[in-house]
Amino acid sequence: MEALLQSFLGDNLLTLVLYASLPLVLILLYALLAILGEVKISAWMQDRLGPMRTGPWGIIQPLADVLKLLQKEDIVPEKADKFLFNLAPYLSFMSAYAAFAVIPFSSQYVGADLNIGLFYLLAISSLNVAAIMMAGWASNNKYSLYGAMRGVAQIVSYEVPAAMALVIIVIFLGSLNISDVITAQSGPVWNWMIFGGPKQDVMLASGTVFSASWVNLVFAPFFIATFVMYYVSGLAETNRTPFDIPEAESELVSGYHTEYSGMKFAMFFMSEYANMFLVSIVTSILFFGGWNSPFGAYLGDAVGLPWLTAVEQLGWLVFKGLFFVFVMIWIRWTLPRLRVDQLMYMCWKVLIPFSFGIALIVGFLVVVL
Amino acid sequence: MSGYFKDIYDGLATAMVGMKITWKHLFTKNVTIQYPDEKHDIPERVRNRLYVNMDDCIGCDQCAKACPVNCITIETAKSLPEEDLGVASVGNKKKLWVTRFDIDIAKCCYCGLCVPPCPTVCIFMTPVFEFSEYNRDDLIYRYSTLTAEEAAEKVANAERAKAEADAKKAADLEAKKKAAAEKAAAEKAAAEKAAAENAEGDGGAPQENNG
Repeated sequence: MEALLQSFLGDNLLTLVLYASLPLVLILLYALLAILGEVKISAWMQDRLGPMRTGPWGIIQPLADVLKLLQKEDIVPEKADKFLFNLAPYLSFMSAYAAFAVIPFSSQYVGADLNIGLFYLLAISSLNVAAIMMAGWASNNKYSLYGAMRGVAQIVSYEVPAAMALVIIVIFLGSLNISDVITAQSGPVWNWMIFGGPKQDVMLASGTVFSASWVNLVFAPFFIATFVMYYVSGLAETNRTPFDIPEAESELVSGYHTEYSGMKFAMFFMSEYANMFLVSIVTSILFFGGWNSPFGAYLGDAVGLPWLTAVEQLGWLVFKGLFFVFVMIWIRWTLPRLRVDQLMYMCWKVLIPFSFGIALIVGFLVVVL
Repeated sequence: MSGYFKDIYDGLATAMVGMKITWKHLFTKNVTIQYPDEKHDIPERVRNRLYVNMDDCIGCDQCAKACPVNCITIETAKSLPEEDLGVASVGNKKKLWVTRFDIDIAKCCYCGLCVPPCPTVCIFMTPVFEFSEYNRDDLIYRYSTLTAEEAAEKVANAERAKAEADAKKAADLEAKKKAAAEKAAAEKAAAEKAAAENAEGDGGAPQENNG
């Protein structure tokens, strides 16, 4: 992909900027779709219709929403810390977007193929905490501050089980490279991590050979549990229901972004939706084969069109990502909000002991088998 | 300890139960009625906007008297004897020009008390409920079929007729009084005459006797 852009534009800064902006296009399109999906799915689950007036079946409602946000007055509270207040939304979106740098959207597009990709992912997505705290503190509003405090406490707590879930995969695979995680799961659907990982020897993207056999099936129950733990932690890290305590509407107006309006609010909104997509995509990469087709073969390979293969791979990844976003929306309109103590109980007394236990067992099995 | 694992199991299992329910509802037919396009069926005897069928109104003012919030204002003028206003559909003869029949629907409390007193069943409540206006004065419904000029003419006619009738009555009264006075005078004269005749017939002077 980079080579293609370079052949058109030459090796210069513009090429790099364009190359780096491609996921942004995807995220923007996804955000429109997700906003529509949220309102429509919530409506259908409550036997309503949702927006019906803007366009056929209300499908251009998100565009109208964006247009409204663009026109809104940009209000900065008088007593706010102007610099931090204005910086926070951009930092928030930056942290969400920067995480996409290491996501391989297809075998042909990896923003940065880092050999510590999973570590980078954890590190950069934690930056969001700083943005949330910044927004809550700078707003000089009690609700914002409460929301920010709760958000920080929650996200920092749930970083631990999320990181442990990644660690379990890393123990199994012996690599922090995200491309390795995906290539290890290439081939038919039973090679996915959720079914215990590869069943035969596979050449990883970094060049080493990962030896495997059908004995790996014993990992399947542990990886399924890991998947559930990672997904639950992901819900908590993106502040989605039932973990939406930081922005509990009924208690805190809307949490740390109470004082934001117009495009700055939209930035927070975007970063929230981008984070949802990120967690969903990472879930599908870690456990559901990433851009791998579940059939183990591509139409593009069959007809000899490499670009079609790449598009197919992108399609599979986006499809899996959107599916998990749908599950998030589904959960949101099903479960009620937890209490703060229940949230902490779940993290420190359930997820963390379990994740440590599974890490121990997986480590033991990896050594033994 | 077993409670701990049971809690975890229950947490996951009940979440699944909930998700099963929402999944079912995802494919349930919606209950939304898209209001301006589709409307609810309104109950048969619903009380909404008041309507007056002026063809039948005889201007009896009974509805205005029944109204608890005084939102009906009726003014009438008597018709001239030579004018024929026709009859209401239930048979009552119309004798009055209804020069003004205003309903301030903004005041109306939709109690429906004006409906039963109407002798010709010409005021009733319709199922129409969408009649908001930008200007409050537009909520005063003027039902009178007469134009302002016509109304003024009818009032003038009625007043003239009344004045004539009054004049006639006064004249009649005067004539009657006069006649009565004449009659009284005649009677008095006759009585005097009779008395005189009596006195003569008695052959004496009663004044002298009584004095």
